[in-house]
Amino acid sequence: MIRQRRRSVFTALAGALALVLAACGSGGSDTGTQEQFSAEDVQAALDAGGTIKVWAWEPTLKQVVADFQQKYPKVKVELVNAGTGDKQYTALQNAIAAGSGVPDVAQIEYYALPQFALAKSMTDLKSFEADKFEGTFSTGPWTSVHAGEGIFGLPMDSGPMALFYNKEVFDKHGIAVPTTWDEYATAARALHTADPKVYITSDTGDAGFTTSMIWQAGGKPYKVDGTNVKIDFSDEGSQRFTTMWQQLISEKLVSPVNGWSDQWYQGLGDGSIATLVIGAWMPANLQSGVAAGAGKWRVAPMPQWEAGGKATAENGGSGLSIPTAGANKALAYAFTKYATAEEGATTRTKGGAFPATTAELSSQEFLNAEFPYFGGQKANEVLAQSAKDVVGGWSYLPFQVYANSIFNDTVGKAYVSDTKLSDGLKAWQEASAKYGKDQGFAVN
Amino acid sequence: MAPPQPATVVPDVDESATLGADKPEARKTRKTEQPRRRRSWVGWRFVAPFLVVFALVFLAPIVYSIYLSFFQNRLVGGNSFVGLDNYGEVLTDPQFWSSVGRVSLFLVVQVPVMLFLALLVALAVDSGRLYGRNFFRLAVFLPYAVPAVVATLMWGFMYGTRFGLVGNINEAFGITLPDPLSPEWVLTAIGNIVTWEFIGYNMLIFYSALQVIPRSLYESAEIDGASQLRIITSIKLPALRGALMIATIFSIIGSFQLFNEPAILQKIAPNAITTDFTPNLYAYTLSFSGQQYNNSATVAIVMGVITMIVAYLVQLRGMRKDG
Repeated sequence: MIRQRRRSVFTALAGALALVLAACGSGGSDTGTQEQFSAEDVQAALDAGGTIKVWAWEPTLKQVVADFQQKYPKVKVELVNAGTGDKQYTALQNAIAAGSGVPDVAQIEYYALPQFALAKSMTDLKSFEADKFEGTFSTGPWTSVHAGEGIFGLPMDSGPMALFYNKEVFDKHGIAVPTTWDEYATAARALHTADPKVYITSDTGDAGFTTSMIWQAGGKPYKVDGTNVKIDFSDEGSQRFTTMWQQLISEKLVSPVNGWSDQWYQGLGDGSIATLVIGAWMPANLQSGVAAGAGKWRVAPMPQWEAGGKATAENGGSGLSIPTAGANKALAYAFTKYATAEEGATTRTKGGAFPATTAELSSQEFLNAEFPYFGGQKANEVLAQSAKDVVGGWSYLPFQVYANSIFNDTVGKAYVSDTKLSDGLKAWQEASAKYGKDQGFAVN
Repeated sequence: MAPPQPATVVPDVDESATLGADKPEARKTRKTEQPRRRRSWVGWRFVAPFLVVFALVFLAPIVYSIYLSFFQNRLVGGNSFVGLDNYGEVLTDPQFWSSVGRVSLFLVVQVPVMLFLALLVALAVDSGRLYGRNFFRLAVFLPYAVPAVVATLMWGFMYGTRFGLVGNINEAFGITLPDPLSPEWVLTAIGNIVTWEFIGYNMLIFYSALQVIPRSLYESAEIDGASQLRIITSIKLPALRGALMIATIFSIIGSFQLFNEPAILQKIAPNAITTDFTPNLYAYTLSFSGQQYNNSATVAIVMGVITMIVAYLVQLRGMRKDG
């Protein structure tokens, strides 16, 4: 009896195992040479029609989808908001790993794209002759969608940084708008002394902000050559940033409110958060999220490390990419092209998005647009200038999504304890390097 | 196909069709054992539906996790069999052990406090001297009916030092309470939420155990002149030992599996709750933001084994006391 029971249990186990093995056998992805598509193939796909699923959170895409469906009545585009930023990447990575439910088109931020490109999860758009768009997009975003030899997305927007400030607060306390980071720190002290409820900005540790600040300061902590990766936060640019920002943290001059929380929006509206150093996509968010700030906010160039300088950096910005596991790639590419390089780009710019196409960036209509929210200021002039002054030579890690997810474990300590920002960055560097090695990269 | 056989309970069913792992030759050689064998096969047929479900929903995930834990899938280099390497890595991973240390501390402090309070409430409700007993019982139990996610969000708002209850108290009395969401206090803050959630649940376990004590015992104790305290120590507490054991084991498992509360508070206090705050949260991060499914599976298995060992040791100790 005992022997039989064992055998039956074994049979059951074997059955279960077989099932499991069958389930995970389907996850493989082919890494062979890619299919080539010509312009005729793409046109044929549009004529034939069909349905594609687009995962994106960018608000102006809604109108683009509507226009696209109107223009090509046979095509149905399902626009799904599968989360913003890393939440969407998690969902996307899981869908790709599972081999089902993968969208045809996905919005991916520039910092995250190398990771997807490396895993061969996204289609190299050179197979659609996307290289002919050289010159269509401004240099920063166009470089950002490249990984190695391939082009893994078409740029949708970009985020050259600028100083958004609440003019009312500055005027009230008679403080000049800072043009250098030294002035910024001085203004931070003056504002907080004048009214203890007012902070120059809020920061609780944000990987995107920190890396962009280091970028502007001329730091190049990440050096990537294929699978050889160097991480070093001890260079001059990184130190410039940590020295300055450490003062603000130590003197408690930055508000401990988490970005994008309700309190944050409230603070932007009631004047307790006086400035934001952030990407050029912010106006749309201010207009929709901070109605109380209408007329009070203005845009100024990003504060400089040297008086009279012009250096800026990118913060955020994303493109549309086509997952390799997607079903209808020709149609997916048709939509991607429409939304980023063709009519869609114009539609989105009108909707308040910051364009990545040179045509839109230099159009008089765009530059001369007066924003009632910014008191009639021609805000795009400042932002477009910033796009031209982005410091070159920056690169993100091929596993930046993960690195950013552990930012608060390490650098976050600097915001809630005596840990120095520079030590936090060092810990982040080590944790990122460890992950890189685990993933098979040659680190440092 | 079946060899000649005497009349049976289920004559029409062909055995080999259902569980056909048997060879006819083997059957012939064991012909003499037939009646005994038949009984056992019939039994298996009855439990087969359960076994299939059991294999699918209980065994398959475990087997799959074990299978995953033997591989290593890298961004560069792809999937490869690595044997026990993942286990070696997890067992020497300081992040893993710090998270185990954290939940162990939580277990040692929070569980006794919670069970003691639950016991106190159960005894109070059982004593029959409490005014509004039913209301009291329901009120204490109610937090358990609140989903953990909602409870945590609620407490998270209260803990806020700027707009929350803590902030309001600070403002109203001009004092500075310690920030519950700072790295030093956040584990205590989570302990408070969990205690609030589960006192009622444990109270109910104790209360129902107290209810089955024959009333006649109390009567005879009273006749003998025993005080209420004596009744508690000599009658109620010994009768509660089994229930106490069960509640303890549930709480141990619950502590080691701590996930909901820190995962939700992490959004509010990202610098205080790290991604490796508890073993479960660590496994979650490895899997969902790190794409390290293999390491994640290994952490899950190691943690499962640790939980089993601790629960078993506690049970062993409890049983020895019994005997």
